[in-house]
Order: sequence, then C-alpha cells, then structure tokens
Amino acid sequence: MYDVIIIGAGVSGAAAARELTRYKLSVCVLEKEEDVCCGTTKANSAIVHAGYDAAHGSLMAKLNVEGNRMMEALSRELDFSFTRNGSLVVCTDETQMDGLKNLYENGVKNGVEGLRIIDRDELKQMEPNISDEAVAALYAPTGGIVCPFGLNIALAENAAKNGAEFFFDTKVEQIRPVENGYELSTSKGTYTGRCVVNAAGVYADQIHNMVSEKKMKIIPRKGEYFLLDKSVGNHVSRTIFALPGKYGKGVLVSPTIHGNLLVGPTATDIENKEGVNTTRAGLDEAAEKSRITVKDLPLRQVITSFAGLRAHEEGHEFIIEEVKDAPGFIDCAGIESPGLSSGPAIGKMVASIVKEKLNPEENSAFDGTRKGILNPETLSLEERNELIRKNPAYGNIICRCEMISEGEILDAIRRPLGARSLDGVKRRTRAGMGRCQAGFCSPRTMEILARELDSPMFDISKSGGGSQIVVGTNKDRI
Amino acid sequence: MEKRELICIGCPMGCPLTVEMNGKEVVSVAGNTCKRGATYAEKEVTNPTRIVTSTVRVLGGTVEMVSVKTAEDIPKAKIFDCVKALKGITVNAPVQIGDVILADVAGTGVNIVATKNA
Amino acid sequence: MKAYDIVIIGGGPAGLAAAASAKRSGTDSILILERDKELGGILNQCIHNGFGLHTFKEELTGPEYAGRFIDQVKELGIEYRLNTMVMDISHEKVVTAMNREEGMFQIQAKAVILAMGCRERSRGALNIPGYRPAGIFSAGTAQRLVNMEGYMPGRKVVILGSGDIGLIMARRMTLEGAEVKVVAELMPYSGGLKRNIVQCLDDFGIPLKLSHTVVEIRGKERVEGITLAQVDEHSKPIPGTEEDYECDTLLLSVGLIPENELSRGMGVEMNPVTSGPSVNESLETSLEGVFACGNVLHVHDLVDFVSEEAAAAGRNAASYVQGKRKEDGGRIVHLKPENGVRYTVPVTINPERMDETQIVRFRVGNVYKNCYIGVYLNDEQILHKKRQVMAPGEMEEVKLEREKLFSVKDLETITIRIEEE
Repeated sequence: MYDVIIIGAGVSGAAAARELTRYKLSVCVLEKEEDVCCGTTKANSAIVHAGYDAAHGSLMAKLNVEGNRMMEALSRELDFSFTRNGSLVVCTDETQMDGLKNLYENGVKNGVEGLRIIDRDELKQMEPNISDEAVAALYAPTGGIVCPFGLNIALAENAAKNGAEFFFDTKVEQIRPVENGYELSTSKGTYTGRCVVNAAGVYADQIHNMVSEKKMKIIPRKGEYFLLDKSVGNHVSRTIFALPGKYGKGVLVSPTIHGNLLVGPTATDIENKEGVNTTRAGLDEAAEKSRITVKDLPLRQVITSFAGLRAHEEGHEFIIEEVKDAPGFIDCAGIESPGLSSGPAIGKMVASIVKEKLNPEENSAFDGTRKGILNPETLSLEERNELIRKNPAYGNIICRCEMISEGEILDAIRRPLGARSLDGVKRRTRAGMGRCQAGFCSPRTMEILARELDSPMFDISKSGGGSQIVVGTNKDRI
Repeated sequence: MEKRELICIGCPMGCPLTVEMNGKEVVSVAGNTCKRGATYAEKEVTNPTRIVTSTVRVLGGTVEMVSVKTAEDIPKAKIFDCVKALKGITVNAPVQIGDVILADVAGTGVNIVATKNA
Repeated sequence: MKAYDIVIIGGGPAGLAAAASAKRSGTDSILILERDKELGGILNQCIHNGFGLHTFKEELTGPEYAGRFIDQVKELGIEYRLNTMVMDISHEKVVTAMNREEGMFQIQAKAVILAMGCRERSRGALNIPGYRPAGIFSAGTAQRLVNMEGYMPGRKVVILGSGDIGLIMARRMTLEGAEVKVVAELMPYSGGLKRNIVQCLDDFGIPLKLSHTVVEIRGKERVEGITLAQVDEHSKPIPGTEEDYECDTLLLSVGLIPENELSRGMGVEMNPVTSGPSVNESLETSLEGVFACGNVLHVHDLVDFVSEEAAAAGRNAASYVQGKRKEDGGRIVHLKPENGVRYTVPVTINPERMDETQIVRFRVGNVYKNCYIGVYLNDEQILHKKRQVMAPGEMEEVKLEREKLFSVKDLETITIRIEEE
C-alpha cells in the first residue's frame, strides 16, 4: 500500500509528487498516457501570469501570485527555462479605461508587484508593433514565459529522483474505499493507497465521481493556437493580452521561451475530453482576434497549430481539498488558467493537506535540485569540443532546425522518466519542434529510439498508444 | 482510322502526341518534338513498356537498402510481377552500380541491376 | 584555423557540380561539407528514373546521376567531409562546422558556395485543421523511409499536393503494396511534370482531383481518415463538396522552400519570391565572394539545370579566388520580372562580367497556353518566343547575348514578361 497515489502526471500531479517526497512517504503517480505532460499541461499559453486577473480573495488569485513568486527560484533549482518578459493588457477603446483600472486595482489587492498603467506613447515605445488603436495598457513586469514541458518534466524527474514512482499507460478505471484507504483498479493492475490525489485534469470529474456523492463536472474548454517561426519571434517582446471589450475577449500574442511567437487561445466548451483537434473556425478566430492588439502579424510564418483543453469547472475556481464524503481523497480539480503559473503552489498546497492527514516525518535525504538536459549552445567553443571529445554524440546534429545533437537526444531517453516516443524526445529536447516540424529528423530520431529502447522500428511511436509511425517493411503485403 | 491522344513520357517536356492508327497499325504520329516521341507513341499503342525501379535490402554495407531498376523497359503488364519477384531478395555488400541483382525478371528477359554503390 | 580557397556547403547535386567545375577551372583548394553520411544529397532517395537526359543524354535514376558526379569529385581529388553540419558562416567567410570526430571547428574560406538545397513545406504551413496523429508525413520523409530504410509509412494513402515528389510517391507506395486512394491538388493545375501524371497516376488508375484540399484529419493516435473538399477560385473550400476517405496515411507534397538558415544568418540579401538569395550574373550574393546555386537559390524542376547552374557558380567562384574576375565597371543592369513572370535568377547583370551568353531562369505564376515570352532591353524588344504551354511547376529560361547588352545605350533594365501575342 502506498501512502499517496497521485492520479495524473501533469504539472499539478508532478508538483504534488515532488512536494510529497519532502516527507517520508511512499508516493506513486498513475498516468494514463505514455509520458508526463500529455494533457492540459502540454498545450496552453505557456505563460506565468502575474496574477492581476483572478478575482481577489479566490484560491486562483492566491496560488497564482504564490506560484509566480516561486517560479524563478524553482527554475534555477530544477534547471528549466523561465523568463520574466513582462505582460501587457492592451486597451483599444477609451470607454473601456475603467476596466483597465479595475484590473489594476484587483492586481494590487492580489499582491502583484510593479503594476502600472502606461499610456499610448510608452506602450508604443515598448512594443512598436502594437495596434494603432491601442490607447493604454496595464503593464505587469512580473509576468513571465516558461517551457511548460520543461517545468512539468523537471518536477516529475525530481520527484522520481526523490523516490516517487511513476507508472505510465496506467488508466484508473475504478476506485473503491478499503480499510485505511482506497483501492484503484487500473488498466495495468490494482494499486492501493492511504491517500489519493485527483490531479486528472479534464478527467478529474470522472475520478471524483467514483468516490463522492457530490458530483462534479469538468467541461473541456478548447483553446486553439498558432505557433510562428523563430524568424518572427520578436514581433512582440512582452506577452500581449487584450482587455475584454467591444471585440470580446481577444487572444494573446506572446514570444515563447524558445523564441517562437504564440497566438491564441480561443475558448470553446466541448463535450469530448480528447477533442484536441483544431478547427477551421477556431484557427480563423485566433488569427482574426490577434489583430485587435497587434498589427502586421506575419501569419504566413505559421509553423504549426494546435489545440489544448482547459479543465474548466463550473464555479471557475481551483478545487483543492479533501472530499467531504471521501476521507483521504484529495481533489486537485478545475485547474484551468492560471494553472500552469500556480503549479508549484498547487503542489505545496496538496502536500500540506496530505501532511495534515498522515503526519509524516521529514525526508532528510530530499534533494530538490535537478540538472536538465545540457544545452551545448550555452558552452564555449572549448567546452563544447571537450564535450564532443568525451561523447562524440554531441557532435552529431539530428534536428537541423533547432540544432539538436544526438547527445541531447540520448540524454533525454536515458534519464529518469526518459522519453520513449518522438513527442517525448521533442518535449525534452525541442528536436522536431522547428520549422520543418520533424520532416528531416523524425526517421533519424526513430532509429536512435529503436536502438536505445531495443525495440523494432514498428514499435516506435509518435506519442505511445496506437501512434506507431511505420507499419511494415517494403513489399510485405504483396 | 482511329486517333489516340498521348502525353509523351520520354523526357520532362511531356509533348502532347496524336497517334493515327489503322487497326493495330500505326499510320502517323504528330505533336512530338523529337524521335523519342515517335518511338514512344508507337510502343505505347502497341506494346506499352516501362522502366521499373525499386529497392532491395543490402547486408553488410553502409546503407540498409540498395536501389535497383530494370536494365531496360519491360511490358507494362509485367510491372507487378517484376516487383513481386523482388520480394524478399537481399544482397551482400559490396554492390556496384550496374551489378545484376536478378536475371531475367518475371520472364521478361530483362535483368534487374543495381543503381547505387553500396 | 584551416583555410581553403573555396568551401562548398552541401554535397548534393549542386555542391558536387560546383566543386567539379571549380576544380576544372584551376582552383585546387576546395572543401565540400556534407551533413549526411554520403555524398549525393536528396538524389540518393530519388530512386526513380528520368534524370540526366539533358546532361548525359541518357535516362538515369537519382542515385546513378549522383554517382556520376561523385565519381568526378573523387577522380578530381576534391576533399570532402561527411557527417558534418555547418552551424554558422560569418560575414568574413569563416565557416563553423561540427562533426563527431573533429568537434566544432572553423575554416577560413576565400569564397563560399551555398549549395544546401531545399526542404519541404510542412503541414503547419498549410494550417490544415484536425488532430495531429501519427501517419502524416511530408512526401520526402516517406520517400526516405521507403527508399533508404525499407519501411512502409502506411497502407492506405491519400496524397495532398501534386508536385513531382507527391506523384512519384504515389507510384512508389503502390508498387510497395500500399493502396493510394487519391491525389488532391489545391490549384486547378498540377504542380508536377505531365509525364509523371501519366506514369505515376494514370498507369495505376490513381485519381487526381484538381482544385481540392484536405479540410479535416481524423484519428487521435494514427490517421483514420481525411475529408477532401473542392475549393473555389480563392482556394476556399466549398461547403457541401466534402468527401470522406478512409486512410491511415496522409502524404504532403505541398512545395519546397530553399534551406536558407545559413544564408540568412550570414546576412545575404534575400529574394522574398524565391526565398533564396538575390544573386547577380555570377550567381554571387550580396556578399562578395559568396555564391549560391541549385535549390538553395531557387527551387528547380530538373536536376540537370541544377548541375548546369552549379557549374557556373563553381567557375565564377574559381575565377573570383584566382583574381581573374574583370573589374566591375560600375554598371549594373536590373532584371524586371513582369506580367506573369514571378522572379528571375539572376536579379542583376553586370555586362562587363557576364559570359558570352547568360542564362536567365524564371518561373511563371499561372498556366499559360500559346503565349510568348517577351524580353526587353530598356524598351526595345529583343525576344518574342512562343511557348505552347507554360506552367508554374516548370522552370523557364532565356539566353541573353553579351554583345546585345552592349549594343543598347544606357541600358538600365531588362524586362521579362509573358505576352498574349
């Protein structure tokens, strides 16, 4: 029997797992997909919100501001990419200035530091490509951008390093209370735990409803995005939001941590919890709305589009609590935006609830640091050559768009909770994320995966499950 | 008199050809820019042929597959028989361009030859 | 730092021909840098025949065509490095490259020839809505898997785009045992050669649907099907024309783009139409001593023309490093593409430096039947050439005589245009 079973290896589950390994607790994480970071954490705006948006007094507001404050130190401890590029909420209508002031005041109450309203001239100076209709903006210097994969994977790797066990392709199908805890039937056997943390993203309602009479409903809210080429990644340098106004809610336009430009999301409530398909209408809407705040957006430079699902709960609030009629069962549900920003704080909160329940001892062996995959571009020429001399794989470029070497890919596969699919490699190294979208490197990365995992090429998949890439050999069916 | 319209595949120009036939006999070819066009047209309406290219697995070389072709064009109707005959064939490195990989493929009297050094 | 007279980036058809020609023009210190494990570039995976009629007067397969140039390079004793990625080229022509054995190293070049070829446009660039499952390949990636590695990318295939690679792959997949259901083309005409439609589609009864595109991709893990729809004259899908196809594979053959990260990185002036560098009569970019040829300059239809162009770049680079190039005389004539002509290579000509005849290559923006190519020196028409058919998928060329250019007083512009009569 585990002390704690966490359902879901997204940012919330991984953060909770890491925080729980600070104590002498046996922790496992059950994930239905083949890797960490496969659901809501995978496809979102990759923003660390400043925290002016969520209503004052809400848990969302509290955890957002807390998460934002934690992010910088955490990024150093866990070696993932994070920058405070600042964010701007742009007002394009004089009559909406009150809205901007309200947002400012809400932010101040939430404890967001450095907020100020800037006028058109200052805005233009900061962002020359801002719409000519812009009249003013709320500037939040603490807003940031993060690599969501980097954050999620770092948290999970560090949790694993400190003893948390991760089980992939393991879908929870049934939960029943047993003495001192719960028994979870999964697609890969039975697990029992004293406490259960429900961090199942868009499935958190189904998991919750397995144990509680007070039913919950999570609505997948689809957001569609465009990603633009790095050559136009500096079209804006801060994250540009639109103040909700006469044109509706608008979309954000932001540089990503890796230097691309991100446009989106739309917001459409859907039924299908796996409905991550993009739609013509959604993509058109994102393109159209981007023009509210930013001019001359080079949409010809789109390299990919994608959709993500936010785990929207009807009350629009994070639900992080022990379920009243299910002792020891802790919900971590409704984690929609600003869920990524709040992730580290969510982990802490979950851990404190579990701590109350189980009264664990501190784990003195806990090591909160983790070294990420080495980025050879950060090395000097001499250092890089030394690295290649020791390990020639670093001299062999596999992804020509992002200039990722075989050495980095091997590291991604061999490290704890290593990559087992093309997408797994991509999320860890960026190989295949560039402008050719893996056309060049995928056969090469597949060969490396096949060799390292000692699998035939037919087993190598895009993202686990039934997503194998090649289906046979030449002439095998003639 | 019967007329058939063809696109010449003799070279990238792709000339539109008109072939006049009397029964099975070619009376005239028009539209071609060169002699190859006339030859192609006559063949195409009487006994159409194609060069077939494919690959076979190579063992002990620096590459996995070696590309091959029919040394000459073979009857169009024999294309699939030709490919079938290549199923399961492996060769050992070294292979030189022009090496015969399979003689008299599918009874056509034409050899399969390597098109790559491996 | 090592130094070479000419460093050639890329050992594909352009790099090989440029190297051989530079060597024959009297330059000995030449180095080819190739990122793959063998010379020959993309030709190694183009196992079909149809190459070389122009160059060798016989029909060869891609690997055979490459083989002839590889032999020349070896016979001429030209140095090359395989498995070597060029990371950066500086303004001062310092080439930074990397491989497993030597690590990261720098080479000072007197002249650089850019010959990196091109890459395929991806799905993202098209913005096809739907899921992002396994089973969506660019045609070239599928070609590599089948022809170089012997793996089948799928069993039931739909191909979007009727460029030559798409057409060739329709036949390849069919001959390896897959079922190719349809080839869809957004434009009202095919982007490929007519003969490829005959021998790759018609021979196997594969339908070609012009003015059609993919409007939906189904399947979360692996492609399960796609929806095609007819498009109107603005390339917008027409509601009600949707047709579903069950398939496990979607191949995209939707265009090629010059591989220009290095060119851009070193700051050469680019032509927005070709996405390649703007070059002068010597195929020299805006940086002196930096030349470009082949598909990195502009996407060609036939490799024979790549070889021809690359040979010119090699000669010019050799003449540059040997100091044999004529003084530039300060006169620059601009080429002006007009009325259906999308671009020209080169974009400028210095009459002092041009050869006796200068080939100008270009593409047209639409299908033209029974039209004329008109060439004007300033306002004077010097060529009025009839062409039965011109299509965007095929490259056109005209030859300019040096003597003619000198006969016109104050020559400033050479205009090339498509004319009805």
